[in-house]
Amino acid sequence: MSWGRIWALNLRQLFLMRRSFARITDLFYWPLLDLFFFGFLSLYLRTESGVPLLAAVLLGALILWDLFFRIQQAISVSFLTELWTRNLINIFVTPVTLTEFVVAMMLWGLIKISITVTLMATVAFVLYQFNIFTLGISLVPLVTSLIVFGWAVGTAITAVILRYGQSAETLAWSLAFLFQPFGAVYFPLSVYPPWLRQVLLIFPLPHIFEGMRAVLAGQPLPSPRLIWAFGLDAIYLLGAFAFFAFMFSLARRRGLLLKLQD
Amino acid sequence: MTSDAIEVHNLTKTFGTTMAIDDISFRVGTGEIVAFLGPNGAGKTTTIAILLGLIEPTRGSIRVLGRPMPQERQAVLSRVNFSSPYVALPYDLTVDENLEVFARLYGVADRRKRLRSLAELFEVAHLWTRRTGLLSSGEMARVNLIKALINDPEILFLDEPTAALDPAAADTVRSLLLRMKEERGITIFYTSHNMLEVERLSTRIVFLHEGRIVADGPAREIVQHYGKKDLEDFFVALARSGHQGLS
Repeated sequence: MSWGRIWALNLRQLFLMRRSFARITDLFYWPLLDLFFFGFLSLYLRTESGVPLLAAVLLGALILWDLFFRIQQAISVSFLTELWTRNLINIFVTPVTLTEFVVAMMLWGLIKISITVTLMATVAFVLYQFNIFTLGISLVPLVTSLIVFGWAVGTAITAVILRYGQSAETLAWSLAFLFQPFGAVYFPLSVYPPWLRQVLLIFPLPHIFEGMRAVLAGQPLPSPRLIWAFGLDAIYLLGAFAFFAFMFSLARRRGLLLKLQD
Repeated sequence: MTSDAIEVHNLTKTFGTTMAIDDISFRVGTGEIVAFLGPNGAGKTTTIAILLGLIEPTRGSIRVLGRPMPQERQAVLSRVNFSSPYVALPYDLTVDENLEVFARLYGVADRRKRLRSLAELFEVAHLWTRRTGLLSSGEMARVNLIKALINDPEILFLDEPTAALDPAAADTVRSLLLRMKEERGITIFYTSHNMLEVERLSTRIVFLHEGRIVADGPAREIVQHYGKKDLEDFFVALARSGHQGLS
C-alpha cells in the first residue's frame, strides 16, 4: 500500500474543495443549521423543563450523529465526485489499488469530519455552553466506534453506486437517516417496544448513544456496550470491504466501470 | 524483429449472451504504432479496457510488457498510460493541480522538473494556472497527453486521440506522438476513425469487425490485398457489408 498515492487522492479532494464554494459550504451549512435548531430547542428545554441533562443529551447526540452521517457521506460523495468529473477511469488506469482507493476515501471522511465537528463543538460551547469534552476520555471510544461504523456504511453505499451508477446516488444522502429513528440517537433504547429493542441491538449506534447518555448522566461508560459496539463495527466494516470488493469485481466482469460515468 | 509489448492470445469477452470479443489474438511489437480500427461496436474499447485491467476477460491470456494481465495489473499500470477525450480531468482544478495529482499517483520522481519539461515540450506552460474547464479542445488534448506521458510510459493507449480537434490541433497532436515514438521508442496502441491519420501515423493496423480480427498488417498492404482505393474505402466496405464487402 502506497501512502503517497493515498495522499494524492486526498490532495485532489482538497483541491476540489478549495475551488468549490458549494463544497466548502457543505462543511458547515447543514451542520450549523442543525446545531442552531437543537441549540435553541435545548435552551428552551433547559429553562422550561428544568432538566439540564436533556439539553446536553440533545446537543451531544446531534454532534455525534453528525459525525457519523458526515463521515459516511464524505466517503460516498468522494466516489461520486469521480463520476461527476468523469475521472474514474483515469484513476483506475493508474497503479492505485482497490485498497488504496478505499483507504483514501476513509481518510477523506476523517479530514472532513475533523473540520465539521471541530466547528460544531466550538459553536455549541460558545452559544449554548455545551462542552462535548465533558464526555471526557469516554469521548475517544465513542467517536472511534462511530467513525468505524460511518466508514462501513459509506463503503457499502459506495459499493452500491459502483454497481448501479448515478441512479443510486441518492443513497449517499438518505440511507444513513434510516438509522436516525432506529439508532436510539436522541432518546433511550427503552422507548422502543421490547421486540424492536432486541432487533436494533444488532447495530452499533444504540450501544454508542446509550453509552453517551450514561456518561452525560455521570455514570461510567458501560463496558459491555462498548464491547458490543466495537464487535459490531468490526463485522460491519469487514462486511462492507468484502461487499465493495465483490461489487468492484462484478463491475469489471460486466464492463460497468466504463459505463458508470456516461 | 522487435520484442512484444502486447501479446493477446485467444481473447474472448462476452456480456451475457452478447459476444463482444470473439477469440482474437494479436501482438504489438515494442516501438510500433498500431491503430486498432473498426466500426462502432466492433469491440475496440472493450479490448483496450481489458488490456488496461478495467474489464475482466471471459477467456484468453494477455501479457503487457511481458507480464500477465490483469494478474500483475499494478506493475503493468505503472509502466503504461492511457488517454481518451471521453475521460476528463476535473474541470474545477487548474492544469497544474490536475497534473500534480497524477504525478503523485504514478510516483514520479522530481515531479516539478518532469512537469516543467512536459509543459515546455507541449507548449502549455502559459496554461499552467488556468482551470482545466476553461481550456480549448486543442489545449485539453495536449494536457491529456501530458497526463498520459507523465510517468514516461513504455506503452501509450490512446482512444481517438484527435477526436473533436480541428485539423491544425490534430496535426500538432500527431506530430507530438511521432516525436514521442522517435525520441523515446514508445509503443502506441490507439483507436481512431480518421483513416488519413491512421495512414500517416501507424506502422500497422489491426482491424476488428463484430469482435473478430479481419485484417492485420501495414495499411498499404491491407488496402492492396483487398483491392480498395484507400483505407477509408476498405473501412466503409467492411462496415457496410461485413466480409462480403471486401470481396
